[in-house]
Order: sequence, then structure tokens, then C-alpha cells
Amino acid sequence: GPLSERRLMDVRLGELPAWLGTRDFSPRGLLGGVQKAWSGYCDKYINVKRGGPAGISMLLAGYCLLSYGWSYQHIKLQRWRRYH
Amino acid sequence: MNLSFFDQFSSPHLLGIPLVLLAMLFPAILIPSSNSRWLTNRLSTLQSWLLLLITKQLMIPLDKKGHKWAIILTSLMMFLLLINLLGLLPYTFTPTTQLSMNMALAIPLWLATLLTGLRNQPSASLGHLLPEGTPTPLIPALIMIETTSLLIRPLALGVRLTANLTAGHLLIQLISTATVVLLPIMPTVSILTALILLLLTILEVAVAMIQAYVFVLLLSLYLQENI
Repeated sequence: GPLSERRLMDVRLGELPAWLGTRDFSPRGLLGGVQKAWSGYCDKYINVKRGGPAGISMLLAGYCLLSYGWSYQHIKLQRWRRYH
Repeated sequence: MNLSFFDQFSSPHLLGIPLVLLAMLFPAILIPSSNSRWLTNRLSTLQSWLLLLITKQLMIPLDKKGHKWAIILTSLMMFLLLINLLGLLPYTFTPTTQLSMNMALAIPLWLATLLTGLRNQPSASLGHLLPEGTPTPLIPALIMIETTSLLIRPLALGVRLTANLTAGHLLIQLISTATVVLLPIMPTVSILTALILLLLTILEVAVAMIQAYVFVLLLSLYLQENI
């Protein structure tokens, strides 16, 4: 269909900047986007008939990665060095 | 090598926002709100089972007036449980290793139980300061001892949680550093240390759950005395 009505997963890579131009970046629009993404994730991995550990594990892995990125500036001082 | 082993307890900032904020808000995502469906997903079912178990366990010793505290005690329990367990993942931050946060939880709640008792049944609350059947000459000393033990309760609550979690995290970091350092030098000793690390991690998972439970249980005990 038209570019503005497609979801992120259906947009081709070359069309990404154009698609971003059609998105609503107001706080309300961003909040709506986050909510849609979250409920999409839940419906796909958690609200299923026989959900396993995968849904939660992906969340936790994402949390670990986020924490790593958050503390990168602090942690990079702790690399293996001959002299500190 | 770490610059200092206590670096893991300082909350790093990104764009001015400390990591502790993320660490305290993330558990809220992991608890699904009740669906409008009759049959919820497995995660929701497991969690509601756990919540009911905890609430039943906490509320059985209390009488009807104490059931007003059900929500705050159960939510506190889930909060501490999730925060402690999430802190065992790599690179995450555990807010309950900070004494400030534990005291902020312990002092208001303990004070609330104390003031509830003093307001609703003052003589019974003050009567707890003197156990039954004490010989008469001992009474003044015992009252002072019981008052001290009463006043030290919030401190004990906060420090117990902090000390257990901090010690656990420090031990994990020390032993893992030893394992990594020993690997090129003495591989067998390194494998032994890795085994110790595995056992310690299992212990830490247990400690995380037990400490959250003990915190809430002691609060409910203080409530029982005073309600």
C-alpha cells in the first residue's frame, strides 16, 4: 500500500528515510508508537498458547545490552592494561 | 582489571540519567497487568499464582485490620524480588545494594507500623517493651534494652538487605576475576574456581529471593505486634 500506512517491518531499506518522514514525532505519536510496538511484541511472544522462556529471555537480554551501553563510558576504563 | 572492586556499586550516567533509574523502572515491565481475557498467557498465570501464594503467606497471621497492608507488602515483595534477581544478570545495576534505597524503604514502613500501634492501642504497644514474667529488679534494664532493640529495627532491616546483596556481588566479582586471571597460568585451579563461581551464583539466586522475603516478613511481624 502507500508508504505512510505500512508498518516498519514492511518498509524496504531504501525507503526508510522517506518512511521516517511520514511518521508522527510528537510526544503523543511517539507514545502511541511505543505502545503499539510493546503490544505487538507481547502478542507475538508472550500471549501465545504455548509460550516458552523465549519471550522473557529476549527482554532480559535486551535489558543486559541496554545496561551495558548505558555504563560503557564507565566500564571502558577497566580494560586489560599493562599499566593503569 | 577493575580499578577498584567497588566500582560496580556506583551508578553510571548516560546523558545525565543514572542507570539506577532504568534498574528501578524495568521490573514494572516484567509484571504483566491483568488481561481482559479469561485464559491469560503462561507468564501471567505463573505470576498470579506466585502473587497469591505470597499474599496468603503474609496475610494468614494478621487479622482483618492488617489486610489493609496486603497491597503494599505484596508489591514491596515483588519489587525487591525482581530487583534482586535482575541484579544477577551481567552488566545490570542492583539498586538494593545502595543503603540509601533500603533505608528509604525500611524507615517509613517500620515507622508506620510503630505509629499505627501507638495510635490505636498505645498501652498494648508499650507493653511489648517488657516481656512477661521478668523479675522485678531487672525491669529498668530490660525496658531500656527493649527500647534499643525497637529503635534499631529499621537500621537492621536496611543494613541486612544492603550487606547481603553487596557482599554477594563483591564475592562474585572477586571469584570471577580470580578465575579469569588464573586461566593462562594454572588452568586446573581456574576450573576449580569456576566451579566455586557456579555454586556461588546458585547461592546468590537463593539469597536474592530469601532477603526480599525476610524483609517483608519482618515488616509483617512488626505489623502483627502493633495492629
